[in-house]
Amino acid sequence: MKFLRRLAARIVGHAIRIFARAITAVRADWQGIEPVPRQRVYFANHTSNGDMPMIWAALPPALRREVRPVAAADYWLKNKLRAFVGPEVFNCVLVDRRPEVKDKPMDKIIAALDEGASLIIFPEGNRNMTDEPLLPFKAGLYNMGLARPDIDLVPTWVANLNTIMPKGEVIPLPLICTVTFGTPIHVKADEDKDAFLARASDALVALAPEVTQ
Amino acid sequence: MSPTTVDILLLAFGSFGILIGLTFIGEVLRARQTPGTLNPVLETFMTRIQSWWGMVAFVGGALLMGKFGVMVLFAFCSFAALREFLTLTAKAQADHKSLALAFFVVLPLQYVFVGMGWTGMYTVFIPVYAFLLLPIMSALRGNADRFLVRVAETQWALMIAVFCVSHVPALINLDLGQSSDRSVLMIAFLVMVVQFGDLLEYFFGRRIGRHKIAPGLSPKTREGVLCGVISAMCIGALLHWITPFGILGAAGMAAIASFVGMLGSLVFAAIKRDRGVKDWSHLIPGQGGFVDQLDSVIFAAPIFYHLTAYFYG
Repeated sequence: MKFLRRLAARIVGHAIRIFARAITAVRADWQGIEPVPRQRVYFANHTSNGDMPMIWAALPPALRREVRPVAAADYWLKNKLRAFVGPEVFNCVLVDRRPEVKDKPMDKIIAALDEGASLIIFPEGNRNMTDEPLLPFKAGLYNMGLARPDIDLVPTWVANLNTIMPKGEVIPLPLICTVTFGTPIHVKADEDKDAFLARASDALVALAPEVTQ
Repeated sequence: MSPTTVDILLLAFGSFGILIGLTFIGEVLRARQTPGTLNPVLETFMTRIQSWWGMVAFVGGALLMGKFGVMVLFAFCSFAALREFLTLTAKAQADHKSLALAFFVVLPLQYVFVGMGWTGMYTVFIPVYAFLLLPIMSALRGNADRFLVRVAETQWALMIAVFCVSHVPALINLDLGQSSDRSVLMIAFLVMVVQFGDLLEYFFGRRIGRHKIAPGLSPKTREGVLCGVISAMCIGALLHWITPFGILGAAGMAAIASFVGMLGSLVFAAIKRDRGVKDWSHLIPGQGGFVDQLDSVIFAAPIFYHLTAYFYG
């Protein structure tokens, strides 16, 4: 039974990846790093529920196997299908955002890093529905960088997804999506939280492709 | 094998022969370079030839499969082209439904109409029905911000990527007073004269080109275009046996198609420049997107279609 579930998860994973490729021709642009297996935290902009699957589909197989998206437990445990796709297909690190929970998100994230996994995180915390390129970052990225200073924090820009699959729409538009990986950053010695988060945010925005419209 | 099948195979093997020859010339030129240096013109030439191998294989295979193969191939080209085009145009969330309709309803329907041979429908379906209905869909969402720009750019995308591209397979429907399955060869004729004309325009333009046609937009030169069109004429005359045009007619039609195609790729260069991109996408590694590969054929197709229908239909 366990074997069958794992097999099903693999098949669903391939289906999601093929679907993402067929619709958006998703392409990885490796500007600041090489696509080699190395422990990293990919921190990305968040405009659509399609962001995480898109980054996941853009990664080459060796990197995809090692990566675990950090995602909200309340979203992925809502029904049986999501509870299968989130934890088993994407191998998500599910965190509970409610403050009263004892199980602190950062503990689970650090535990996943100590197991050797790479992570995908969305430091804005929520989907960005504004016209600003990014919402202010939450402290999580800083805390990770502080706790495990050797791990590369890679800015990852997902272009176009807010038009491909905006909130409230059902049919995804087949437009071309590019996932750009920038140069990794680290928390510098005696850099405070706000300075680091500003630097991380700037590094991410700098990857947004410029298309005049 | 039917005579048409024999002719398709002959054209395919002929093209493969030419490609082997061109690859060989390119490799000779590469070998004569000082080691360690790269000639960008030569490299562009070689990558073009590489994409040609794929193009000949795909178009040849589709032609051999007949009508259905041709429709599927060009519907896929339209899809890829429309995706590249709409990625760069202005749009708002209010356009989401009309854009989804463009991709998933208008595009397939256009190819169904072409496949059915319903000439009266596929020549007006996009310019009349799609152009009038899609803005209604957008307007119903009540967002007037840059409305005209959004609507106009979407319409242009449909015109170029679906309407124009679909006129390549529509050539099958022309009744040219010959046995009916030979119309499929008109596709081979159009694609070959336009693409060869382009390749030689590029080659001569770099060799002897002096006077730019549109400085600041494209490196195309008057000399290059002239040589390209003359080359297309010669190729058209050589290929006259697959057309109902006769030698002079084939040369003339080839010249017009090739010339319109070159001017068309100038238009595409202007659109790319306006949007600040170098290529339409990265779908074909090292060579940009589908629209980069097909730009001149896209422009030439409807004009070639209508001139053929007018003079020979």
